[in-house]
Amino acid sequence: MSGIAMPSPDAAILARAPQIVAALRDVLPADAVISDPEETRAYECDALTAYRCPPLAVVLPRTTEEVAAAMRICHEMRVPVVPRGAGTSLAGGALPTADSVIIATLRLREVLEIDTANRIIRVQTGVTNLSVSAELEPQGFFYAPDPSSQLACTIAGNIAMNSGGAHCLKYGVTTNNLMGATVVLTTGEVVELGGPEMGPMGLDLMGLICGSEGQLGIVTEATLRILPRPEGARPVLIGFDGAEVAGECVARIIRSGVLPVAIEYMDDVCLRAVEAFAHAGYPDCAAVLIVEVEGSPAEIDHQIARIREIAGALNPVEFRESRNADEAMAIWKGRKSAFGAMGRLGDYICLDGTVPVGQLPYTLKMIGELSRQHGLEVANVFHAGDGNMHPLILFNANKPGDLERAEAFGNDILRLCVDVGGCLTGEHGVGIEKRDLMGKQYDGPDLEIQMAVKDAFDPRWLLNPAKVFPLDASQSWREEAAAR
Amino acid sequence: MTPDNPSGAGLSPASEAELAALIAERFAARLPLRIAGGGTRVETGAVPGELMSTAAIGGVVTYEPGEMTLIARAGTPLDQIRAMLAAEGQALAFEPADMRGVLGRNGTPTIGGVVAANASGPRRLLAGACRDHLLGVRFVDGQGRVLKNGGRVMKNVTGLDLGKLFCGAHGTLGVLTEVALKTLPHLPDRCTLGFHGVTVEEAVAIFSAALATPFEVSGAAFRDGSAWLRVEGLGPQMTYRRDRLLALLAPREAEVLDDAATLALWPELRDLAHFAGADAPLWRVLVKPSDAPAAARALQALGGEASLDWGGGLVWYCGPGTAQAVRQVAPHATLVRRGGLDGPAFPPEAPAVARLSAGLRHRFDPAGILNPGLMDS
Repeated sequence: MSGIAMPSPDAAILARAPQIVAALRDVLPADAVISDPEETRAYECDALTAYRCPPLAVVLPRTTEEVAAAMRICHEMRVPVVPRGAGTSLAGGALPTADSVIIATLRLREVLEIDTANRIIRVQTGVTNLSVSAELEPQGFFYAPDPSSQLACTIAGNIAMNSGGAHCLKYGVTTNNLMGATVVLTTGEVVELGGPEMGPMGLDLMGLICGSEGQLGIVTEATLRILPRPEGARPVLIGFDGAEVAGECVARIIRSGVLPVAIEYMDDVCLRAVEAFAHAGYPDCAAVLIVEVEGSPAEIDHQIARIREIAGALNPVEFRESRNADEAMAIWKGRKSAFGAMGRLGDYICLDGTVPVGQLPYTLKMIGELSRQHGLEVANVFHAGDGNMHPLILFNANKPGDLERAEAFGNDILRLCVDVGGCLTGEHGVGIEKRDLMGKQYDGPDLEIQMAVKDAFDPRWLLNPAKVFPLDASQSWREEAAAR
Repeated sequence: MTPDNPSGAGLSPASEAELAALIAERFAARLPLRIAGGGTRVETGAVPGELMSTAAIGGVVTYEPGEMTLIARAGTPLDQIRAMLAAEGQALAFEPADMRGVLGRNGTPTIGGVVAANASGPRRLLAGACRDHLLGVRFVDGQGRVLKNGGRVMKNVTGLDLGKLFCGAHGTLGVLTEVALKTLPHLPDRCTLGFHGVTVEEAVAIFSAALATPFEVSGAAFRDGSAWLRVEGLGPQMTYRRDRLLALLAPREAEVLDDAATLALWPELRDLAHFAGADAPLWRVLVKPSDAPAAARALQALGGEASLDWGGGLVWYCGPGTAQAVRQVAPHATLVRRGGLDGPAFPPEAPAVARLSAGLRHRFDPAGILNPGLMDS
């Protein structure tokens, strides 16, 4: 176990474990409560696998009512609750504590309503991101947010983390595509926020819930905005001999009025790894941009011509157009295999900071310098259109101290993101990973008001403990809550 | 001049620090404040307390067209921002309305007021509301503390998103001093398809068909028997979209308005020119688009006129009827122009939601001095 501290479990809760499990079994179907240590171990971590701790029990409800019943028991017995979707969080957002009950949304799998006349879909939140778009395909619609874990990740997790994806430059992130939510509060009370109308009508509580990382409640059903499928999409690949000029190209494309659906960036370290792994035929250069545009064939041609003109003025080493689906796939092939390719080079941690687009070249240069200082290699592959960077820090998990060095390097990069006007996390969430850096982005009072908001929803501080807020900052809130 | 027009009188702190000191003082004395930007969007006449405007806390902090980012102090005039963005070929994509005509005001709309009201015009249909373009806020809470949330970048999930709460809170949680917004390229080519002599049912059917296409219709509004679709694009994109939509909706006859006529029509639809200069109550009703025809007919049965925006998702009703009668047919109705009606302007919330909202207000404004009762009476 390395750098990030978790509070020690409450011995009184551990001592009452049998009663807690019995109380949960009383109100839930037999197969919905897991307490056998052999089985709870499957829930000991999410995708931040360096941190593990089996929970006291796992609850797998099938309905909002069952989630509410479990929440009510945990509230009455003062047991911490860790909400969990598919467990794909890279930030430790679903890491349990030993004295917590996991309430997972995995079995909430119903698609409740597809209404193309009103351009919405209503689902239980355990459905996976990809399956939502798959459901909509026959009707010619899709759901826009597309995080790279979309095959596995659930809508519940997407809402909790306000997930993005490669296409959010044009379509926005989860919060821009969420219209309504059924939320189970810590007391077990169920509230409906938003709906099929284009609200909000009072305070935007749904907007607050989205991205709150399970701190305020559990979303069991969601009304999502759906969009008609574009007629077509085509990427171009542009190679540059410097990071700076690639960054300039991004800014000029954005200023031109062409709004691509995605602008992806890969640096030389990433390009070499990808070439060795996927043989995508990428140019050997300092930086590659993949720019994707949508529309009819004529619209696409027009937009690509504009991009060619813009990029041409910056002397790219290569400008590669895709003329058909196979060529388009070839352009995306390397980008999509980037994480797998990096995995072949060794262990890595994937960061997720955002910087203003104009600061991309400077940030990349500084990351290079930090890489030399820390003696660890880093690759950059990210969503350039919105400045959302994903530096991958390579390390050797079998080498004592290497993970800690990688984490320290990562923290330096995230501090750099804040220093240049960006933020600690663009789409992965704070979880435990960035919890102790929150003071870098927010002054004490700025964090206090966020904790006051949490306190209004969760006065006993039972929901997703030890996440998002630094433990020292939240200590007085937690102590006060325990005394209530 | 109307009694609650802030350009005439009241407090007008010149800086965030002055504003913070003023609120701290009012917090200590438990004295309410009636908060406004330019005082052009919301009728706050029934709110107790001294009038206070942020109009003097103005100025653009930074505008980066290549990053599509604008940061401005709350009192910055909306027109100044529009002109600055237009010079770079950009715009606030959510197209906030100018409500002066409808409310009979002569103040200067501010960007802080736009955000506080979540003001979003016809293009919301495609581009989202003000809330979807808000990147960060600075504000003074009800105790006089200067706080911030969010930032200036488009992808940011660091901590709780308080900006969403402030967008549409009408100054009840805190007083905005600075907002960061996403700007978007202003598409250079546009036209409008007009369908005349249609019923409200036919209008919503036209909208529904057009909005199920990938042609990115950026306005779908209905008034006086005419349904309007706005089509925008980059060069040949616009004409292609226009022709595809005309083919889809044939054999319905459509009038095609050119660029200039389109630029003239949509601000009128946005600003509700058809309901300006009148005194009758004006209601804003949010519905599921497919429910719009029934809602519009039920409202018109009360004796007034209805128009639609957002493809039917927004029904405006101007005319007689008690608040009770209007809310009976349209539970989600907000009273925008009182026209002599008393009572709460905002629709009632479900008890559990109202309790959460009250809990939040209490934490941001423990003494209840910021626009008390405006949203929650």
